Amino acid sequence: MSVIVRAKALRRLFDVSKPWLNRVVEREPKAFLTAVADVDFEIEEGSVYALVGESGSGKSTIGKMVVGLTSATDGTIEIDGIAITGNDQKAKISEARQKLQMIFQDPYASLNPRWKVRDIIAEPAKLRGLEIKGLPERLLQQVGLSPEDADKYPHEFSGGQRQRICIARALSSEPKVIVCDEPTSALDVSVQSQVLNLMSDLQEQLGLTYLFISHDLTVVEHMADKIGVLYLGALVEEAPKETLFASPLHPYTRMLFDAAPRLDGFGREIDVPKGEIPDPINPPPGCSFHPRCPLATSLCKTVRPQMRLIGDTRVSCHHV
Amino acid sequence: MVQPVLSIKSLVVEIPTRKGVLRPVDQVSYDIFPGEILGIVGESGAGKSMTGNAVIGLLERPARIVSGNVLLSGNPIHNLSASEFRKIRGKKIGMIFQDPLTSLNPLLTVGEQLVETIIEHLAVSKKEAQERAIAALEEVGIPAARERIGSYPHEFSGGMRQRVVIALALCAEPDFVIADEPTTALDVSVQAQIIALLKRLCRERGVGVMLVTHDMGVIAEAADRVAVMYAGRLAELGAVRDVLTAPKHPYTYGLMGSTPLASRGLKRLKQIPGSMPRLGALPEGCAFSPRCDFAQEVCKTGSSPFIADEDAQAACWFPLQHTKLRSSK
Ligand SMILES: Nc1ncnc2c1ncn2[C@@H]1O[C@H](COP(=O)(O)OP(=O)(O)O)[C@@H](O)[C@H]1O
Ligand SMILES: Nc1ncnc2c1ncn2[C@@H]1O[C@H](COP(=O)(O)OP(=O)(O)O)[C@@H](O)[C@H]1O
Ligand code: SF4
Ligand code: SF4
Ligand SMILES: [Mg+2]
Ligand SMILES: [Mg+2]
Repeated sequence: MSVIVRAKALRRLFDVSKPWLNRVVEREPKAFLTAVADVDFEIEEGSVYALVGESGSGKSTIGKMVVGLTSATDGTIEIDGIAITGNDQKAKISEARQKLQMIFQDPYASLNPRWKVRDIIAEPAKLRGLEIKGLPERLLQQVGLSPEDADKYPHEFSGGQRQRICIARALSSEPKVIVCDEPTSALDVSVQSQVLNLMSDLQEQLGLTYLFISHDLTVVEHMADKIGVLYLGALVEEAPKETLFASPLHPYTRMLFDAAPRLDGFGREIDVPKGEIPDPINPPPGCSFHPRCPLATSLCKTVRPQMRLIGDTRVSCHHV
Repeated sequence: MVQPVLSIKSLVVEIPTRKGVLRPVDQVSYDIFPGEILGIVGESGAGKSMTGNAVIGLLERPARIVSGNVLLSGNPIHNLSASEFRKIRGKKIGMIFQDPLTSLNPLLTVGEQLVETIIEHLAVSKKEAQERAIAALEEVGIPAARERIGSYPHEFSGGMRQRVVIALALCAEPDFVIADEPTTALDVSVQAQIIALLKRLCRERGVGVMLVTHDMGVIAEAADRVAVMYAGRLAELGAVRDVLTAPKHPYTYGLMGSTPLASRGLKRLKQIPGSMPRLGALPEGCAFSPRCDFAQEVCKTGSSPFIADEDAQAACWFPLQHTKLRSSK
């Protein structure tokens, strides 16, 4: 198996300073929010790599950096061995980028309401200069809709059908990697299962690689081969699915697993998680999870833990 | 027998439109008892919120109750005027919604809002109300409540705001609380905190709760009984363990099966074909029949099945007898 996506020391800061005049008057320095902090991961071709974490943990920002919708402040992303984060070799970079597509959470917002489904689906193929005759119809069929739907507009479809259209659009440029950002979070469970099944089928038929982003552990468990857990922009644990679910190591992963509601959790009284996600502009020093961690020691409050390899798990915690 | 705090009997809500009359709530009946959490579950558009809003007098025109009864501690409330309803909302009925900001006034401090509600509904002095407000905030887990009482809603995080809303919903000591998707906008760790809080407070005080959610896991962990809604109707009603582990209605069975947890280890998830019909395009007979694996001729032509007597659990002509779902762990 070869690595198709490689992220190295990926960082993304956002400037969240007050307007210039306020800063001058109040004598405040510029303020930055670290949305993604030194994240490393590799995705094997043909596999599903999932990023899971609560809101604000940096999932979407990583997804957008991978497809080039937002730039990295630092670090590199390689697609098939070609660094797409640099500035030289423009032609090579744009060729590498063509292997990528993205699907978003909100199938309502991500389709142009004034375009016919045919044109929506054909667009990415057109941009690549591919033959588009008959393509929308074929793709519609492939995602479980009918060729006649090509002449309709997005508003004529339900949420699940729209997400199928988004998938068809993503497929039209024949990508190798699709970044799926919460693709079923806006859908009801019965529709979610249809869309997830479709995504699994397509992955198998077309040999696709997914970077699958979700806050829902059950969905991630179903879809992923390997899982990275994010907290406040940092990767805290990464392991093959079976390993992670059988023996989660990081205290945050454990808290997340315990907090997730269970279908057989009748009357379950859980260990209520402590605290809330802190302000990302002023994250706690040391291990950013320490204010909520039951295992925290004085070391955790000052020294940021490094990633370590334990078995086939990578984990960043002083005390596992 | 204990009297239910809330009793809904054959409730029907209609919306007249140019294309005909829609029924977002059709013949819905259930009771909620003191100290009990009744979960209302179903896909979006199933009529969960519409039922809740009908109960608390917050239906928006042109939707209106056309028949049926709603009794609060034995007293009919479905025919109250808007001003009469205003008197019991907040006092006898506590409300928690998905977005805490809909329940909070951005221009008043949380203390002012609590004190106002307490004074309006309980015969206590301003000073006493102030102390009660602080106690209420402490009880819902707001750290440093005495100092935070002068803060405005926007100065709290989403999770803390929802705690304030819970304090507000409970401060006038209502018998009944409606919580419509109270944790849907929250992260799982905060959701777990809020659900645990809601469970504890309602049990301790004997409050009856209508917990509306689309999340089956939340239902399993929080509810005593569950009502499953589909296309404006009750599909199934029963003790939460019975309904979730041995569903009698094919829709509940399909819904449970399509969750990734129930299909754990399977390569493909079980799925229900199609999607819930729009209210304007309901099929004849059983609304679930076009998607139902067990449908027979009578399902597609006859009248629609309803849960008629107290013992029936499912609105289905052919309730499932056999099924034990795969256990999820
Ligand atoms: N354009 C932006 N400007 C400022 N902050 C941003 C911007 N986009 C994201 N953020 C911040 O970056 C962090 C990570 O966001 P995001 O990647 O969207 O997380 P997730 O997808 O895991 O919820 C959050 O704290 C978020 O508020
Ligand atoms: N003003 C309206 N006109 C027509 N249909 C409406 C109107 N308001 C709500 N509905 C319909 O009522 C149904 C019930 O909605 P709701 O109770 O909000 O569902 P839930 O809370 O279960 O997601 C939905 O199918 C919705 O489309
Ligand atoms: S490093 Fe310390 S605070 Fe951080 S997760 Fe590990 S034990 Fe907890
Ligand atoms: S009444 Fe018939 S169609 Fe409806 S759920 Fe029961 S078996 Fe299925
Ligand atoms: Mg996101
Ligand atoms: Mg609703």
